[in-house]
Amino acid sequence: MFKENLKMSWMNVMNNKMRSALTILGIVIGVSSIIALITIGKSSMNEMTSEFELFGADKISIQVLGTPLKQGLVESDIEKLQEIENVAGVSPTLSGNTTVVASGAEKTNVLVQGKNDVYFSKSKDLVEAGRGINQLDIESENKVSLIGSAIAKEMFFGQDPIGKEIIIGGVSYQIIGTLKESNDFSGSSTNDSVIIPYTTSMGLLGTGYVSSVDVYMKNATNSEKITEDIEAALSEAFYDKKEAFTVMNMQDMLSSINKITNMLSFMLGGIGSIALFVGGIGIMNMMLVSVTERTAEIGLRKALGAEPKRIQQQFLLEAVFLSLIGGILGFFGGVLVAYVVCLIMGTSLILTASTVFLALGFSAVIGIVFGIAPARKASKLHPIDALRSV
Amino acid sequence: MQDNILSMSSITKAYRMGNEEQIVLKQIDLQVRKGDFLAVLGPSGSGKSTLMNIIGCLDSPSSGNYMLSNQQINELNEKELAAIRNKEIGFVFQQFQLLPRLSALQNVELPLVYAGINEKERKQKATEMLSRVGLEDKIQNRPNQLSGGQQQRVAIARAMVTEPTILLADEPTGALDQKTGQQIMELFQQINREGKTIVMITHDREIAKTANRIVHILDGQLREEAAYV
Repeated sequence: MFKENLKMSWMNVMNNKMRSALTILGIVIGVSSIIALITIGKSSMNEMTSEFELFGADKISIQVLGTPLKQGLVESDIEKLQEIENVAGVSPTLSGNTTVVASGAEKTNVLVQGKNDVYFSKSKDLVEAGRGINQLDIESENKVSLIGSAIAKEMFFGQDPIGKEIIIGGVSYQIIGTLKESNDFSGSSTNDSVIIPYTTSMGLLGTGYVSSVDVYMKNATNSEKITEDIEAALSEAFYDKKEAFTVMNMQDMLSSINKITNMLSFMLGGIGSIALFVGGIGIMNMMLVSVTERTAEIGLRKALGAEPKRIQQQFLLEAVFLSLIGGILGFFGGVLVAYVVCLIMGTSLILTASTVFLALGFSAVIGIVFGIAPARKASKLHPIDALRSV
Repeated sequence: MQDNILSMSSITKAYRMGNEEQIVLKQIDLQVRKGDFLAVLGPSGSGKSTLMNIIGCLDSPSSGNYMLSNQQINELNEKELAAIRNKEIGFVFQQFQLLPRLSALQNVELPLVYAGINEKERKQKATEMLSRVGLEDKIQNRPNQLSGGQQQRVAIARAMVTEPTILLADEPTGALDQKTGQQIMELFQQINREGKTIVMITHDREIAKTANRIVHILDGQLREEAAYV
């Protein structure tokens, strides 16, 4: 019985191709805009998230402006950060520019960064050859260095720089490793820089103050508590002068970006929903017209023994067919739009099963919601009145 | 009384139009026996269409008692009435009432669809019935590819396919020319000879004469034409 109704409804939809096509246009537009927006939103969010993860999601960055009396963090402050619960490690950075000399060649204005062992253990893929800075180097303020790929090429062309000497700011350092070539993308290229133990760099750069610290968390889920603890420790270090430092939590930034993109998706999805709603009204209108047009047919079917329920089912199925066809076409349309947009933005297209179900489910629901009233109207027609309207 | 297929007693139908109540059928008593070919003859506005609607279970009487095949009709709900229409009554309408997008075969199949009969059996029964009305070579034609007489034959096949208790015809020749009308009436007579009970509504005395019993309806009241009893 359901099968027969399915056939009849499908035939009716197909017999009015032009009208059916125009009716479903609203649904097509609604579904395709929702699918396109969701897909584009998901794809770009995915892109942003992976970019941030590359940057370090388990990291809290501290930038210190300092006060006139205390221009940065001192070693004891860093030790205090280390003691905060759930902190895996602290990586301070000191930086300055100076002249380096090696193999008789001189290079001015080279960025020298003081880092520690945590930096090398937490950031993988930093060292091309040799080793990174270890704890012993920090404790004994060893005069060792790692050089960037550009410097290695320029000053040690055709030779292995490891074990060689490099003069940094007039003092000789032993090269223990070379840095992997990094792209300029993140703006923190190390290709032209030299890294030395940060304890050593304090002497070299003539400062005891650290202005930039990365704190690594054991577990990113505790980031809020850790951020609070860090802020508390820093305000103690700067005598409650909160403007002396900023704490940037990658996790927070990520979630706030997620929030913004989610909100955007919702808003744009809302616009699509309005289109869907209008499309649904279109279907309802068309079905009501169809019921009126086919009054005699309904009467005849009733005279031949069709129960009201069957008539209702037949018309409801027609509405669902219409909106489902609209949903399927809209889905492909939306994916196509999303594909083109992603191509232009240079992101990869993310298509999830839930999006497919959303498109089909949404349109089926629209069909039922807007089809039920006309279908009930059809089923309630009195057979005589219906037959009389020939 | 035992072999009465259809029995009406004191059937009254009234419509309310504003404050005024219009009585269309007044205390109708009617018995139809198995194998009868009854013509209900009356001018337009006599209440004959209303009577047909009540006989056909398309409408319910305001008061009175209606029995069809030993079933009390006036107490049934919409769903039960649909089943009665499907099983007990075969309708033949003046304007044929075929669905234009369906083939002759599909049109004849339709009541069997509502009876819940499977496709194979439906096709077989419908084909059989179409050849009984002489349309075995037209089963795939759509109504617009058939003449008026052929269309009415399809409608008769559709009415007969469920093997109903009565065949209910409403001005079956009204849309046909005289010659074709005659052929259709011959078909009705043949069907009646094979044992089918027929109730036909008409305003045409000549057509009514093909029946073997005539009742007159005028102003909502029935009168038997004695000569035919």
